[in-house]
This record gives sequence, C-alpha cells and structure tokens, in this order.
Amino acid sequence: MTEPLPLLTVDHLTRRFGPGCARCLSPEPDLRKNYCTTCGTVHALNGVSLDVRPNEVVGVVGESGSGKSTLMKCLYFDQAATSGSVYLSAVGGGRENVLEASDQRRRQIRNTVLGMVYQNPADGLKMDFSALANIAEKLIAAGGRSVSSMEARAGELLGHVNLPLQRWKEAPRRFSGGMQQRVQIAKALSNRPPLLLLDEVTTGLDLSVQAKVLDLIRALKRELQVGMLLVSHDLGVIRMLADRTLVMLDGRVVEQGLTDQILEDPQHPYTQELVQSLL
Amino acid sequence: MKSLYNYAFFDEGSKREIRRAILKSVCIPGYQTPFASREMPIARGWGTGGLQVTLSLIGRDDTLKVIDQGADESVNAVSIKKLVGSTTGVATTDRTAEATLIQSRHRIPELPLREDQILVLQVPIPEPLRAIEPSELATKRLHAEADYTGAWLMLFEELQRYGAYTTGSDHPVLVGGRYVMAPSPIPRFDNPKLDHSRALILLGAGREKKIYAVPPFTKVVSLAFDDRPLRVESFGEHSCRLCGATGVFLDEIPQEGGAVYQCNDTGYCLERLNTNHTSDGPA
Repeated sequence: MTEPLPLLTVDHLTRRFGPGCARCLSPEPDLRKNYCTTCGTVHALNGVSLDVRPNEVVGVVGESGSGKSTLMKCLYFDQAATSGSVYLSAVGGGRENVLEASDQRRRQIRNTVLGMVYQNPADGLKMDFSALANIAEKLIAAGGRSVSSMEARAGELLGHVNLPLQRWKEAPRRFSGGMQQRVQIAKALSNRPPLLLLDEVTTGLDLSVQAKVLDLIRALKRELQVGMLLVSHDLGVIRMLADRTLVMLDGRVVEQGLTDQILEDPQHPYTQELVQSLL
Repeated sequence: MKSLYNYAFFDEGSKREIRRAILKSVCIPGYQTPFASREMPIARGWGTGGLQVTLSLIGRDDTLKVIDQGADESVNAVSIKKLVGSTTGVATTDRTAEATLIQSRHRIPELPLREDQILVLQVPIPEPLRAIEPSELATKRLHAEADYTGAWLMLFEELQRYGAYTTGSDHPVLVGGRYVMAPSPIPRFDNPKLDHSRALILLGAGREKKIYAVPPFTKVVSLAFDDRPLRVESFGEHSCRLCGATGVFLDEIPQEGGAVYQCNDTGYCLERLNTNHTSDGPA
C-alpha cells in the first residue's frame, strides 16, 4: 500500500425522504426518476460512493434534483443520512464511520476537519455580524479564546481572499454577492481543514466575479493543498477546476472518471446529453 | 391569620410542582428547568417567575425582603411584599441581614449573603443564546452539546464594534463549568457575587416558564476572552452622597450643575446611615 489514504471515502450513502416500501427498496427498484410511485418515497441519494484524495479536486455534476446538494448537506451533517458510511482520514485514522459519531463529535469534526461553502451565502454566514466575527465564529467553535490571535488569523484570511481592509468590520449583508462568497471561503478555510466542500459557489454571480472566485479556488488548491469536493451544474467550472468528475442523475452516480475523459468521451446517455448541451 | 386564599396563594399541588422544578435546577446548576408557570395576580413580565419561586418556598418562620432595582420602596417591590404578606402573614424587612428569603429584581444586595439565606432573582429572558438563535429546540440542543459559540460570538462582535464588552447587564456566565447561563439583568458589578455564593440563588422566569439555580459554593465565571478580561462598572472617585459608601453600585442622578451619586441598594444605604448615626454621628 503506497497510495495515501483518501481524505474522504463515501460508501453507499443513502438519503430517503419517506418510509420506502418493498417495491422501491428491492435490489432492482422501479422508480420514476428518484420517486417511488407506490409509496411516494423520494430517494434523494441512492447508494452514492466516492472518494477524494489529498490535494485533489473532485467535481460533481448533475441536473437540479439529482442529489448534489443533499450529498453535500449529508457530508457536512446538515442533514442526517438514512444509511451508508463516511470516513475521513483525519478522524480516527479513517476507520471511523463519522455518520455514527455523537452529535458533539460531529460538531467538532465539522469545525475542525471540514470547510463548507454554500451556494447561498446566507446559509453559511451570519449576515448581520462583521466579516471578522464570521470567521472568528469557526475559530471560537474550535476552542479559540484569544481575541488578538483570532483577529490576526481572520485578517490574514480576509486579505487572502482580497477583501478590502476597510470593510472587515462590516456585515456581509452589505456586501456584493462575490464578496459574500469570498468571506464564506475565508471562513471555510479558517481552521485549515484538509477538506473543503464547495456547493455551487459561483452560481448566481456575474461572469467577472465568477472568474475571481474561480481564480481564488485554483490558487487555494495550489497553495494550501486542500482536497475539495466541488458541486456544480456548470461544466465550465468543472472543466476548469476538477481533476476527476462524477456525474449524478436521480440520486445515483451514473458515470465517473478523469474530467477530460468525461467531457471528451462521455459514455452514459445523460452525460452525452449534458456535454452536448454545453457545446 | 384569616385569608381567603390558601397559604402562599397557591394550592399545595402547584407549590409542590414548582419545588420539584427548583430541586431539579439545584441538581443541575445553570440548567433551565421548564415548569408550568401559573397565572398570577400580577402581569407576566413583572416578576411572576421570582414570585412563584418565593411563594412555593416561603414558610411561616421566614422573613421576606423584596428589592426592585436596588430599592425596597418602589411600587413593584411594595406590591409583591403586600401580596406575599397578605397571603402568608410572614414578616417583611428592608434589612438584608434579617431576611431569610430575598426576592430581587436585577440586583444582588451589597451585604454579602449567608448560607441560611435564599436569593430569588426575577428573569425576563432566561436563554443566553436567544439573541443569536430564536428557536427553543435549537437552543436546547446547543445547551445539550455545550456549544456556546453563539454567546462568545456576540461578545467578539461587541469587541469588534465598540472595542469593549458592552453588555450593560445580563453578561453571560458559565456555571459549574458546564452550562452558560443568563444571570438575569444584574449589572456586571454583581456577576462576581454569583461565584461561590454562600446563599442559594434561584432564578425564575414566569413568562418564559423556566427556573434555574446557582447552588451555594458553585463556581461561576463571567464569559470573557483570555486577552480581554471583563471589567465591572467603575464609579471612579465617586461615593454615595448620603452614606459616603465607596466600592458599591451607585445610581447616577443627573441634575442641574452635574450628576449626583448615591447607593443603588437603598437597604444598605439606610443601614449605614442608621449605624453611623447611632455610633459616631452622621457621616
């Protein structure tokens, strides 16, 4: 075994909304998209497996409702998964299924091992607290009790994401969308997590701002050597950032491989359609 | 004494339920125990939480003192004293040393309390995390997991905005190393008196239906960052214009030609005036 342990290993992650029935829980279920016509259960994630290796960016593409965001929320413990397991190399040597950890332990993992950037900045930021305090929140949660060292760290990060000094003490509610997103990224990085979860980080931003945020993420990858799981429905973003890509459809991974390979030689009919619609 | 009401206003079942909540609170220092807050002849938000605790505890041998913002003679204090007095017949007093049960709105008396005394504080908002998390379900969970990031974050933001802690009162405290607690809107000046208090301190929130406690000799620490210690209110060189006391919590009374200062704790001030008058003349 010379290969390093993956940062993140997800094994048959499942998230159901509804009780499930004999028909939709069978090995060969008969679903309409991700929906069981008999019992009405929604299979938002249906046995998703993936891994992210150190310093690797893994992209997840798929249409709206394919389960991308549910995947991210389950990984960040915002939602409880129905079944499956998740291993993090930074937790218990990668042998502990973190989905089974206690609430307190999960909170600790969230605050020290993971960084999350939500599509909607309001989900990840306290919009009425200063940008500095937003970053300090994560430091405080991880046990920080020194104001001067937290200010220094927060300042370092805000400088890193190019937030002008005179706005550090302002509340993100008064920032532009791109600035809010950069504060979120700075917050996610505050405890130097080995793994970043990025959920549609550029969606809704105008093109020049998108480019800035993408540049920032690329620089982070180069300089900080963090692993990233990057969800996007924008193949341009995936092409630019992701080393490997998974294609999700109706709660399942239908195709995965090197990003170039997926984009140049798609195998699954859905991926083909997706790539064609890009060109 | 003949009264149209049961002793101490409540029926025995109600008193027992409230005492059970008090016992649970004493067992889990700083934990907000829910209780079935009763309808009272005064409006919620006017001290019904403290009053229910007082009524459930008061015995025939007790001596009651009621303080409203430091004063024994304000309307609220007098009304509560009258209600308890007319339903129990127990004696009331202004002297802290004489009282066995002290109900207080937002002050801890200047005179150090003793083991044989109980202090009851009236609480408007018992949840220290409420300003940052409106959902009760969520705050209960945060307490269960001892996640007090929100309380610390509010203090951090005060420091960012104003360069100092700006909690005028109700500065959050950590009780017994476990629960973060709202000490009711007592001034920061009184926070140190909570630590290792000889008297049992009970806090009642009638509107929010919560009772919590600081048992005697419990460690109580005001939240403050390592490099930004909390400072209590300071009155500089000022002393009480009536009794000359220093090192006590003073009221600032604006007047033409500048403010004057006097003891906020009227019972304490009166006591000093009387003592000084009899022993060595007016101060």
